Amino acid sequence: MFESKSGILLIGGLGFFLFAFLSNALVPILLYQHLPEQTVEQLVEDNQNLIYQFEDLSLRYPEQFKKYYDKPDTKNLARALRLGRDIYVGEGCWHCHSQFVRPVSNESVRWGKVASSDEYQNELQRPVMWGTRRVGPDLSREGGRRGNDWHAVHFFDPHSVSPGSPMPRYPWFYDDKDPAKPNERGIAIITYIQWLGSWLEEYPFYEDYVPLQEQMQNPLE
Amino acid sequence: MSEPASSDHLSSGANTTPLARDLVDERLVIWYFLAALGYLFVSMTGGLLMALQLVQWNPFQDSEFLSPGRWRMIHTNAIAYGFLANCFLGALHWAVPRMTLKPVLHKALSMFIFLAWQVVVLSTAAGILMGQAQGVEWGETPTWIDPLALAGLALVAANFMAPIIRTKGPLYVTLWYFMAAFVWTFLTYAMGNFVPQYFVSGTSAGAIGGLFIHDLVGLFVTPLAWGLMYYFVPILLKKPIWSHGLSLVGFWGLAFFYPLNGIHHFLYTPIPDFLEYGAIVATIAVEFVVTTVIINFFGTIWGSGRAVITNLPIRWFYTGMVLYFITCAQCAMQVTHTFQKLIHFTDWVVGHAHLVMFGVFSLWFFGMMTYLFPRLFRQSWYSRALCEWHFWLSISGITVMFIDLTLAGVFQGYYWASLQPWEASIDGSYPFWVTRLFAGLVIIAGQVVFVVNIWKTWRLSNASA
Repeated sequence: MFESKSGILLIGGLGFFLFAFLSNALVPILLYQHLPEQTVEQLVEDNQNLIYQFEDLSLRYPEQFKKYYDKPDTKNLARALRLGRDIYVGEGCWHCHSQFVRPVSNESVRWGKVASSDEYQNELQRPVMWGTRRVGPDLSREGGRRGNDWHAVHFFDPHSVSPGSPMPRYPWFYDDKDPAKPNERGIAIITYIQWLGSWLEEYPFYEDYVPLQEQMQNPLE
Repeated sequence: MSEPASSDHLSSGANTTPLARDLVDERLVIWYFLAALGYLFVSMTGGLLMALQLVQWNPFQDSEFLSPGRWRMIHTNAIAYGFLANCFLGALHWAVPRMTLKPVLHKALSMFIFLAWQVVVLSTAAGILMGQAQGVEWGETPTWIDPLALAGLALVAANFMAPIIRTKGPLYVTLWYFMAAFVWTFLTYAMGNFVPQYFVSGTSAGAIGGLFIHDLVGLFVTPLAWGLMYYFVPILLKKPIWSHGLSLVGFWGLAFFYPLNGIHHFLYTPIPDFLEYGAIVATIAVEFVVTTVIINFFGTIWGSGRAVITNLPIRWFYTGMVLYFITCAQCAMQVTHTFQKLIHFTDWVVGHAHLVMFGVFSLWFFGMMTYLFPRLFRQSWYSRALCEWHFWLSISGITVMFIDLTLAGVFQGYYWASLQPWEASIDGSYPFWVTRLFAGLVIIAGQVVFVVNIWKTWRLSNASA
């Protein structure tokens, strides 16, 4: 058996793989059956935090918004959110930013509520955008922390608002290379970022910032 | 038990034994290796761009198609599907007919697979450059290419399984690994690219993403690469593998424990703790299995240790094995919650990935190429000195990069946990990122030396032909 073709192909190749799939993939799938996957339409419906941000974009960039999204209704919001997620994936944002807060290393102090499964049962987390590296900070509670203008300038040139940031520039999110003119992609990615964490009560989340000097004076606090 | 060394003596066999050169399409082996080296340079370009971006020296800031974020994905995809996959296909074309004494399924099919695979790899690169990446780590291949790639993998399996299936009698260790790898690679690719994309989202998709990341290394690259080690090492050392029993333990241990590891990539996520602990235990078990394999190979070289000085391919292989052992020992520790708390999300993991993909598997392929190119060109190396340069530049580059990124990871972990402003971790990483850039340049220089040496050797072979 251990050296026969059928043993290797059926037990080693097929059998052990299926055993791993059943125990490591099917188990979580069954565990979360009670949390049905939400569509983007369901996500934006009644999400006042996000609707506010989308309307804010339509007021700050009226011409651009009119051109690419017409009016700030939930139908267009869903479209922007889907496109924003595709950009987040396509530009590789998820290789430098994570989308989950761990219960260790003081992460809940910095970013708020520890991640839970129900937050990820939706169409935009297919495949899930947890990420495996943080060059930049976690983004799962980023929505609402900063204004749309800040994001527009930041995507155009991260250095200008965040000195020393190694994040690349994204001038192709803008018309005429003008940070005041986010295009379809620019509005979409900002909408997506503002969506992150918008389902939480603590939106927007701000950490209690203690300057390093003070921290060092009372290291036990 | 089949005699591993027998395949080496094909050409001197009895009349009934087919000649290796009639069974093997050597042109194809050369093409695969050259294509692989081409993608290696594409991948290194991506790595260089990202390294330059991190230290903020990137001169190509405003071009969409040179965006480091996109090239970061080309970097890993070109290594997995461009460099390693092409290397494997070339090496399989060399090794499988020799071990089975039968040609692959069909010559035309081999040619078709070669072309089709290049189309798959190049369209993957083009798709990622155009911003169509799929959100699966190590599987960013745009979704429309996935079915084509999967069909390609099925053809590869059919092409090489044909001679293996027709072989009578006991099979040599290498063929166990190859057979299992054909099944695993196909299943892994299908699972990772389709299930989290079309069937499940959220935590379940994360669990499957973890399985995919790990199975791609553990069930595609690892078994094929170890299979080739079991093939080449006895031939080069002219003696059989030390212990057949340990070979069995190594293969079946990998087959059982490796597929259970995946979730260790996502510890402290919403994935339930009992699944996380299962993956951790399975990972530590893999480390024990790896130890038996390493003992087996060092038992094999016992008494011929001088070969690592005189025999370049053996030196590449055994250096890779030492680094493999380090990688796996590191893995058994870093997979625990204790370590994860500190080092997850940091450059520690990046260092680990480079040590595996470059320090182990790429090194083995450089060893195989160092052994095979003179045989394929029927011309000894243009310069042994350049071969040595290739080795030492690669080794010093990866050693510095690994130590540097591992240290950087520890620093980053403490910066974050101590709640300093995010910028502190960026500033603190800067010297490490500069060091990494130069370590990467040393690695690139090593590969340039290699390519020059191949080019010169080819020129010589033409001149003497």
